[in-house]
Amino acid sequence: MFSNNGFIILLTLLIALMASITPMPLSVDAFRPDWVLIVLVYWCLALPNKVNIFTAWVMGFILDVLLGSVLGVHACAMALSVYIVVVNFQKIRNFSVWQQALIIGVLSAQYHLVVFWLQRFLSDVVFLPNYLYPVITAIVLWPWMFLLLRRVRRHFRIE
Amino acid sequence: MNPIFNQGTSPAHRLILVLCCSVALIFFDHKMASFETARGYLQSLVSPLQYMANAPKQMMTWASENIVIRQQLMEENQNFRESELFFHEQMMQLSIVRQENERLRSLLSSPVRGEIKKMFAEILSVDSDPYSHQVLINRGANDGVYEGQPVLDEKGIVGQILHVGVSSSRVILISDISHAIPVRVQRNGLRLIASGSGQIDRLIHNFVPHSWDVKEGDLLVTSGLGGKYPEGYPVSRVVLVRADESREFATIYSEPVAQIDRLRYMLLLSKDEPAKSTSPLTTKKKSVGKS
Repeated sequence: MFSNNGFIILLTLLIALMASITPMPLSVDAFRPDWVLIVLVYWCLALPNKVNIFTAWVMGFILDVLLGSVLGVHACAMALSVYIVVVNFQKIRNFSVWQQALIIGVLSAQYHLVVFWLQRFLSDVVFLPNYLYPVITAIVLWPWMFLLLRRVRRHFRIE
Repeated sequence: MNPIFNQGTSPAHRLILVLCCSVALIFFDHKMASFETARGYLQSLVSPLQYMANAPKQMMTWASENIVIRQQLMEENQNFRESELFFHEQMMQLSIVRQENERLRSLLSSPVRGEIKKMFAEILSVDSDPYSHQVLINRGANDGVYEGQPVLDEKGIVGQILHVGVSSSRVILISDISHAIPVRVQRNGLRLIASGSGQIDRLIHNFVPHSWDVKEGDLLVTSGLGGKYPEGYPVSRVVLVRADESREFATIYSEPVAQIDRLRYMLLLSKDEPAKSTSPLTTKKKSVGKS
C-alpha cells in the first residue's frame, strides 16, 4: 500500500478521518456525511488490490477511538459496507455516477443501521430518524467526491 | 494491476476474520472493560489528529476574538468591572459565612469541608457520534486529570472524566444514556437519581413515588452521595411532573442547568488529599474526647 504513491491514499483517508471529527454546529452536525466510508468506497472501486477490507476495518477502528464508542462497533460496520463494494466492484464500476450515488446511499444507510443495531445491543439507545440524515448528504456528495478523487488519482498516477 | 488474477485470501474469508476481531473487541471492551489502559494510549496516539481537526474552529474563534471593535471591548470591560464588584461584595459575605459555618460545624464535631482544587480546561471537540454524549478537553494525565473527576461549567455540573489521555481526555456528559448522577431537591432535600436520556436537554428521574413533593421549577443539586460529585452544585431544573396514577411511579423530567450544547470553558474539580481532610476531624475528635 505504501509503494507507488500509496501514501496519497493514506493521506486522503486521514483527511477523511479529520473531516469526520471536526466540530460543527449541532444543526449541521446531523447531516455530516460518512467521509471515511465515501473515500474508502472510491479507493475500493478504483484500486481493489490496494484498499481492502482490512484497510476499512483499521479505519473503522481509528474512528472508534476518535469517537469514543465501544471499540469494534464502527470497525465492524465499515468492514461490512466495504465488503459489499469489494465483492461487486466490477459491476459498480460500470454504473453511471448517479447510480453509484444511490448505491452509496444504500451502503451509508446500512453502515448507520449496523452501528445503531450494535449500539442498541450494547446499551438501550432509541432510534431517531435523524440518524439517517447522513445518507442524503452522502448521495449528494458522491459525484463530487468521485470527480475529485479521480482527479487526485490521475494527477499522482496511483495505480 | 491485475485484480482478476489477484492472489491472496478471498473477501469472504477476510470479512469473517475481521468480524471475529470486531466481536472479540466489542466483547472485551464493553463487557470486560479490559481496554481501559490501552484506550489511554490510543487516545494519546490519535490526539494529534484531533488537534488538527480542531484547527479550523480554533482559527475561527481566534478571528472572531481579534476582529472586535473598540466600542465592544470597552462595553465588555465595563460589564466585567461591574460584575467583579458584585463578586467581591459576595466574597466578603462568603468568607464571613464560611468562618461561621466552620465554627458551627466544629462545635457539632462534624468534619469541616475542605477546599476543592479547581483546574481550568477548554473544549477540544464534540463527538459527532449521535449515540453517546461526550466531549474532548485539552487536559490530560500530564495536568493531573484522573478518571471520574467531576466537570462543570459556570452554571452547573457538566459530567465526569471518562478516559484520560496524555494531553487530552474525554468527558461523559450527564445527558449520556449510560450516565446517572445522585441529586437532591434543593427546596426540601428529597433524594433522586438523574439519569441521562440521550437527549441533550432532558434528564429522567426513575422510581419516584407519586407522594413525593417535587414540583416543576425545582432546582436539583448534587447530593454528594456516591462520592463522585462534591455536594451542592446545581445539576438541573425540573420541567415536567406528570402524576398519572395508573402508572406505578411519577414521570419526572428535568433540564440540565449547564449549557451542555454550547460548552467552551470548563472547570475540573479535584478532591483534596485525604490526609488534609481527615486531619481536622481527628484533631477535633481528640479535643472533644479530652473535654
